Amino acid sequence: MSDLFLPSIPDLAARVSSGASLMLTKGEGPDTPMELVKQIIRNNVRDLHLITLPTCANPVSGMMADMLIGAGCVASVETAGISLGEAGAAPRFNTAVKDGTITVKDGTCPAIYAAVQAGGKAQPFAPLRGLIGSDIEAMRDDYKVIDNPFNPGEPVAVLKAINPDIAAFHAPCADRNGNVWIGRQRDSLYAAHASDTVLVTVEQVMDCDFYDDPAMVAGVIPSFYITAIAEAPAGAMPMNADGKPDMDQVRAYASAARSAEGFAAWMDANVHGTLKAAE
Amino acid sequence: MTDPIRPEEIYATAIAGFLHGARHIAVGMASPIPATGALLARERSNGTLRVSILGNPKSTPWTNGGAELFDLAGRGGIDGFFLSGGQIDGQGNINLVGVGDYPEAKVRWSGSFGSAYLYYVVPRVILFRWEHTRRTLVEQVDFISAPGSSDPNVYRPGGPVALITNLCLFDFDKDRKRFRLNSIHPGHSLEEVQDNTGFDFEIPDQFATTAVPDAETLGTLRGPVATRVAGIYPGFAQQVFGAAA
Repeated sequence: MSDLFLPSIPDLAARVSSGASLMLTKGEGPDTPMELVKQIIRNNVRDLHLITLPTCANPVSGMMADMLIGAGCVASVETAGISLGEAGAAPRFNTAVKDGTITVKDGTCPAIYAAVQAGGKAQPFAPLRGLIGSDIEAMRDDYKVIDNPFNPGEPVAVLKAINPDIAAFHAPCADRNGNVWIGRQRDSLYAAHASDTVLVTVEQVMDCDFYDDPAMVAGVIPSFYITAIAEAPAGAMPMNADGKPDMDQVRAYASAARSAEGFAAWMDANVHGTLKAAE
Repeated sequence: MTDPIRPEEIYATAIAGFLHGARHIAVGMASPIPATGALLARERSNGTLRVSILGNPKSTPWTNGGAELFDLAGRGGIDGFFLSGGQIDGQGNINLVGVGDYPEAKVRWSGSFGSAYLYYVVPRVILFRWEHTRRTLVEQVDFISAPGSSDPNVYRPGGPVALITNLCLFDFDKDRKRFRLNSIHPGHSLEEVQDNTGFDFEIPDQFATTAVPDAETLGTLRGPVATRVAGIYPGFAQQVFGAAA
């Protein structure tokens, strides 16, 4: 077996230090590393710069971002949107912005993608049409408007490349060599290309080599992009492995997190309590 | 006996009217009425219109991650999209970020999503807001997530064509950069629209009452469209069509 495999989620979470920039993907499929996020919270990590690729606005991805923010792990967020999807607003995020306890770098989805892909290609910046005349562009000191050198007179925005310290995501499986199969969840691939450290939880580790199967290998992140993997069945819950969120659990969180007290009680029962039980 | 026509069916029918001849319409997150309108247009197109509904891997065709929608739209491959806003102003600027003096927020919303790109490159952007009040339709937005129009030297093949609310339908006049009343929904009045709109808009000498769907359209909406909508927005389909997934 590849030495990328670590025994447990706490071994992965130990790689996340206070002050790091941490990228999470948008969670349209079962790529939400919820168990890892819970351990980061238990570790009392502080001053994270959270970057969402490009949003955390599906029910479970939004919940992860909201939990990290509510737990005080996050100093700043770069995002094109944070919500609990059909379960409504992300209450701890909205409160933190209103109270000024986090700063937000508001972006737009294709700008975050373009900057991350520039980062993955080791380029200094990426151009993007749109943006000009928006307050998103006006408020960002890492977005500039230049004259299109190939069409003088046309203003075009350029975006500083993003290279997160850490990307974290869940995936269906890894092979024995540490290649990670993501299927259609290509955002995980782009996050891995751009990030210095890539932490992955997988539903299962398979005793095979994905490169033996051309159909599988089309959906693979090669092992050389990966820093560490832990096997974590149900590690994305309340996102089920089939990509459907357990909305009852998300709604219970949404309801509890409306108040600081409700959030604290929910975290005690669902995050810190789990640790106590395991000790 | 036919069930009474619901407002959502009128709105969806009006939306479909803007999508003639389109090849590919994308629908953003949490947009069940726009999705219903787009799927009605699809049924009428004899299958030539593709509708991609975001947020559900089964209703999107992407194989290159979330960036593919934007790359395709930039290449001219998306003919229509729908945007809303916590605030929309008379120049077609939309605000998805919050109320107050940014970055401080009295109310914070989720964020701008893809608006600051798609609004520029998708030719037919239909704005929607189902709360037509002076709180939502304002003279000037507090934060411009995406502007309604751009200077002539800015690359901008796209932009707003219409704004539909629970009271009326506006067209967007690109030359004058303002809204013009197109039709008022049945049961509502010009006075009600004026009282509840925070921005000035053009009132033409003649404007219509928004058309209610005819029998054939209703049959399509309540048949194949309802079935498809139920697969994506089960709660909405149950409420509007009584349709189960």
